[in-house]
Amino acid sequence: MSALAAYWRSAVGKKMVMAVTGLILFAYVFVHMLGNLQLYAGDGGKAINEYAAFLHSTRAAPLLWAARIVLILCVVLHVWAAIVLTIQAWGARPVRYAKRVYREVGYAARTMVWSGPIIGAFIVYHILHLTCGSAGLPFQELRAYENVVNGFTLWYVSAFYIVAVLMLMLHFNHGLWSWFQTLGWSHPAQDRARRCVANLLTAIVVIGDLSFPIAVLAGLIKIPGGVA
Amino acid sequence: MKLTLHIWRQKARSNKGGFQLYTLADVSEHMSFLEMLDVLNEELVVKGEEPVHFEHDCREGICGCCGAVVNGEPHGPKSGTTLCQLHMRHFHDNDEIWIEPFRSKAFPILKDLIVDRGAFDRIIQVGGFIAVRTGSAPDANGITVSKESSDLAMDAAECIGCGACVASCPNGSASLFVSAKLSHLGLLPQGQPERLKRALAMIRTAEAEGFGYCSNYGECEAVCPKRIGIHHIARANCDFHKASFMVYQGTGGKAAVG
Repeated sequence: MSALAAYWRSAVGKKMVMAVTGLILFAYVFVHMLGNLQLYAGDGGKAINEYAAFLHSTRAAPLLWAARIVLILCVVLHVWAAIVLTIQAWGARPVRYAKRVYREVGYAARTMVWSGPIIGAFIVYHILHLTCGSAGLPFQELRAYENVVNGFTLWYVSAFYIVAVLMLMLHFNHGLWSWFQTLGWSHPAQDRARRCVANLLTAIVVIGDLSFPIAVLAGLIKIPGGVA
Repeated sequence: MKLTLHIWRQKARSNKGGFQLYTLADVSEHMSFLEMLDVLNEELVVKGEEPVHFEHDCREGICGCCGAVVNGEPHGPKSGTTLCQLHMRHFHDNDEIWIEPFRSKAFPILKDLIVDRGAFDRIIQVGGFIAVRTGSAPDANGITVSKESSDLAMDAAECIGCGACVASCPNGSASLFVSAKLSHLGLLPQGQPERLKRALAMIRTAEAEGFGYCSNYGECEAVCPKRIGIHHIARANCDFHKASFMVYQGTGGKAAVG
């Protein structure tokens, strides 16, 4: 136990916790996006509403709650480690440079500390909107298709969603690449491959997620016979 | 060429510092950056003013003494070079140049551009060594080393400990320095006995000295005068993960009871 405590106390240990929890959260977002592709089934929402009903059935309840508990735990650990580490980093240079030129630091890497909280705020709103139905937007229990279409038809709902997904793009792009580095999986010969994997995985999730509000606004995904 | 210099002046560790403006005429493009500062100091001494203090020794890019942040970049605008090897031909007439010391909580400013890099020495003291049998010289090539390992270890061994990695890192992290030392010894057979203990001790000491952690920005690699790669940091992380759960601590060689 003392070894584990010492590991958590060290910054490298906390980075490892961030890497592992980050990957689990990424995997969830990936699967969530795949599930949502059922919006394109062209069956007026039958497939995705049945999928939603299945996830909320008593049969799937233990699985659903296990997933929720793991995800909440991951978010707590990820944010906790991030806060402690960020405070440590800010303390490491008490006097700032008068002039600063970056050669390598990318926009995504530098804004991790800002994209993170924005994504966090979005997640709260997203759950209130489409899980709890208490965001003041049209909501019907287990009618996932109608809820998504009615929500995204409002331009400001779509706009916030798109901004959040773009933040997710920045966060994943640096996070996934960092993941290899923090775990210790790195060799000069694999540098390009690691960058490609990070870019590809980010692109798949982001293109998938961005397509939903755009498809709704463009009228590609709509409720048969108008507003339900 | 004529230059306008904004140089950080600070009397001592406890004093408050600030930028001071100097103008220097007739700077030759063949001068090194440090020679340009020498000329400035000669003028200051003639005028009876305190010369600008800066650290230097070999002036051929191998000792790791010199270093300052020039226009926002450690060791100046050219990559793969130390400040002493930066020549004034990379600047232009009427340029304005900002010169600041390396800034880090772990590198307190001693005077003007000189910082105390004792933290690096203390990191080396806890693990930057190997245990060898003393006495007669061992057989040459008695221990075989693969070409790949030797290349990587020698790349890491190029580190001159100048501190530019710390100066450039947005987190003020010393990870590149620490990982270069860990790879330098840890990739060779002679460094194996202490490999994990070394990783644990040096990384923990770096944190205790007040350096930040690695956010994988890659800025250190870009400014390193020896172009040491951040893949060494990944290797250091890997050793640290293993060491955290595999190194016996304080049991005197016996497995802990209970």
